[in-house]
Amino acid sequence: MGKQQKSRVNDFVLKIANVNGTGSASANALLMKTVFRMGVPVSGKNFFPSNIQGLPTWYEIRVSKDGYLARSGAVDIMVAMNAQTYARDMQEVAPGGVLIYDSTWPRDRLLSRPDIEIIGVPLARMCNERFTNVRTRILMKNMAYVGVLAALLELDRAVIVELVKETFAKKPALIESNQQAIDLGFEYARANLPCPLPLRVKPLGKTAGHIMIDGNTAAGLGCVYAGATVGAWYPITPSTSLMDGFKSFCERYRKDPKTGERRYCVVQAEDELAAIGIVLGATWNGARAFTPTSGPGLSLMSEFLGYAYYAELPAVLFDVQRVGPSTGMPTRTQQADLLSAAYASHGDTKHVLLFPADPRECFELAVAAFDLADRLQTPVIVMSDLDIGMNDWMCRDLDWDPNYRPDRGKVLTAEELESAKAFHRYVDVDGDGIPQRTLPGVSPRGAYFVRGSGHNQYGGYTEDSAEYQQVVDRLAKKWETAAKLVPDPVIRRSRKGAAVGIVSIGSCDSAIEEALDRLAAKGIQVDYCRVRAFPFGKKVRQFLEQHERVFVVEQNRDAQLKTLLLAETQYPPARLTSILHYGGLPMDHRCVTEALEQYAAQGVAA
Amino acid sequence: MTSIAKPKIVHEGLKRNALGLTVRDYEGGMSTLCAGCGHDSITAAIVQAFFELDIPPHSVAKMSGIGCSSKTPAYFLSASHGFNSVHGRMPSIATGASAANRDLHLFGVSGDGDSLSIGIGQFTHALRRNLDMVYIIENNGVYGLTKGQFSASADVGSKAKRGEVNKQPPIDPVQIALALGGSFVARSFSGDKDQLVPLIKAGVRHRGFALIDVISPCVTFNDHEDSTKSYAYAREFNHRAIHADFVPPAVEIKAAYDEGEVLPVDMHDGSRVLLRKVAKDYNPGTRGSALEYIRARQRNGEIVTGLLYIDESEPDMHGVNATVAAPLNRLPYEELCPGRDALLALQKRFR
Repeated sequence: MGKQQKSRVNDFVLKIANVNGTGSASANALLMKTVFRMGVPVSGKNFFPSNIQGLPTWYEIRVSKDGYLARSGAVDIMVAMNAQTYARDMQEVAPGGVLIYDSTWPRDRLLSRPDIEIIGVPLARMCNERFTNVRTRILMKNMAYVGVLAALLELDRAVIVELVKETFAKKPALIESNQQAIDLGFEYARANLPCPLPLRVKPLGKTAGHIMIDGNTAAGLGCVYAGATVGAWYPITPSTSLMDGFKSFCERYRKDPKTGERRYCVVQAEDELAAIGIVLGATWNGARAFTPTSGPGLSLMSEFLGYAYYAELPAVLFDVQRVGPSTGMPTRTQQADLLSAAYASHGDTKHVLLFPADPRECFELAVAAFDLADRLQTPVIVMSDLDIGMNDWMCRDLDWDPNYRPDRGKVLTAEELESAKAFHRYVDVDGDGIPQRTLPGVSPRGAYFVRGSGHNQYGGYTEDSAEYQQVVDRLAKKWETAAKLVPDPVIRRSRKGAAVGIVSIGSCDSAIEEALDRLAAKGIQVDYCRVRAFPFGKKVRQFLEQHERVFVVEQNRDAQLKTLLLAETQYPPARLTSILHYGGLPMDHRCVTEALEQYAAQGVAA
Repeated sequence: MTSIAKPKIVHEGLKRNALGLTVRDYEGGMSTLCAGCGHDSITAAIVQAFFELDIPPHSVAKMSGIGCSSKTPAYFLSASHGFNSVHGRMPSIATGASAANRDLHLFGVSGDGDSLSIGIGQFTHALRRNLDMVYIIENNGVYGLTKGQFSASADVGSKAKRGEVNKQPPIDPVQIALALGGSFVARSFSGDKDQLVPLIKAGVRHRGFALIDVISPCVTFNDHEDSTKSYAYAREFNHRAIHADFVPPAVEIKAAYDEGEVLPVDMHDGSRVLLRKVAKDYNPGTRGSALEYIRARQRNGEIVTGLLYIDESEPDMHGVNATVAAPLNRLPYEELCPGRDALLALQKRFR
């Protein structure tokens, strides 16, 4: 029957199907963190509904000794806690896999599969017998499956005990009940089930020097370290936890313990139109300011983004992308705001974009975004996405250079203004397309009028063609300077002279890395350029030119990254091929592996 | 916004303020608004108020949205930084400016189109935040730059220049402000400088959102018979309910108070506003009584003016946030960055 899977230690996918609002998040986090603390690389993806309570939700944990963090494309163990989705959850299990279900209630006989092992555990019954409170019974069912899995997968019980204590440190009463529930499951499994399974976890020692953190928290922390003092936002999924993170770090690091005074100001705005306005009001006054948002918010911010581009004000935005168009699927991931962000607003406008690939880069590029925005006096949009922003990723420890000082760009001081002959806001004094700016309240000699209407290089209103063009032509020159200042791409070369390359961005990275390893194992050599910024710098252009065929991997239907490459480089369109993944779930390696295998096969045939 | 540079000639005998500046130092470019526009009188009142308050022009940030009224910051305080934002969005710019630099005198000029239609959301939320700023609405009931469409403040029955009659009820910023907890609510008329100048001065010294709605007739599109925002109408129906005299901190108040007639209000910076009742039955004590009075007079077509309500005790945005006293834009980076050790320690949480 092939039920018996060969032993797969530290290399499998565990998925938990649940109902949202039942407190499964802490149980799932506990499982993942246990694997992590056992030294085994792990990643967790949360597939949740746009809802508070009662709809299906899944959590997928990949245990990977090789350190692959993308989805694998298969599910080896399914914990089916949701009767609503039971049938489809069972179908998803790979042949030879395991399905664990709550056997408190009889299972429909039709719902069975001969090629997988089906394990029943009376989770609800055990919890109902042990706990009296109704809500507790529901919550503890989840902890009970943690115990079952601990026995089946040979998880380290001491680690679990420690994690339970940490998780509920603020509510000690919960430590005991949760531990009881875990033990219930554990003991049942030990007594009744074939423990351990061939699929299991063994301590490995490969997670030292790593943390598990989500991108929004890391980005919020980056804003603190960059010295941002003003944050303005309107709550929108999936960006909300970024501002939550910023606030909680500020409460910890920027609040006077005696007076309670805050060295920061967060304004929850009435809408995104106001959020971006607040950011611009603050940066006009020399504070570092930012706003986190997602696609619909970015659409609303467009008018002011064009203003900031033309009036030359810094701003940092985080677009934690979700599935569009329109409201789309707010709890699913995509990279489909590339074009609307790059050219947001009417008229000739272009914006600097940064593409982090994981939480560590969310932290680092958040800091870089503030430096670039100040240096270039223009908005910088950090293009994260739901997968990076809301899922916990294993990444290398964050580090900080104690010598870092913010680059505030060409801001004139009162002394500089006093000694200068004259100050003209939009004159290209240094030849790099970046003018000098002044801040209100500093000196009477620095006054100028910030305006979105036509202006000449002296900052005065104009309707004169030549004066207008002089300013917008300088802005184009500034754009060229931006291409020199933005972060370089990350390039992985297979061997010298690979004719085929992949160009991609952001959260496609882990799936592509896995694909490249698999392809290399089959003798298919491919180079890889992970673009980290728009405008594209010299190294991106060089990479394109060095390859006769380039596959562009991205998570949207319309090949938006490819469109940007076509619009902003001279690379021949016919030599670019798209690999698109846009269903809303994080991508796995298969679409990349298959496309390149196919291409390689064609090459051999030809 | 257009403006024409004004030659700066300072006559010797011109009065100087405590900073040694003349009124010319508080002026801006030459107005390009229509001759006789009410907005220009308001500009003159603003210039006079800042001159008399001895405020250094560069410590003021003047802001506006889009429309005729929003052009006017170019016509006063040329040594101040200005921000001509997008339509209806000036309050958010002011919010950010205040967040970054609470020491600035924030001065916003808007219009009835800019504040009561496209910008009504931002206007009400700046009010709700009690943002520390002066917010003037130059209210003329029409869209001037687009040639005379009714605005949301047009009264029912008011006739447009081309004969169309407005049938929708007006949105009154003063009533909105009273209802939403505004801490300084005033109305005036551009033709009444005696009333307007002290109102602006008190507004500048008020800590919080100082709304001054100024009926400011549009000579080109809304100054005809059957308009309720014309000079003639405003003069005839201006009901001065309460007058505010502004007393700067250094001046000792000698005038004897006529009990029940004059009410002194201490401002947070030590200055004082003396409220003098003009209409005996006006009670500025509560929002409710103020609102009731205004509505009753409105039914008779009268425009109630003066400092209609003031509450100096409401915390402003920074009070609610408990922001440090020093402006955030002046905090040294060392006070903002937790440093390397803190980052390393923090990461225990993520293991």
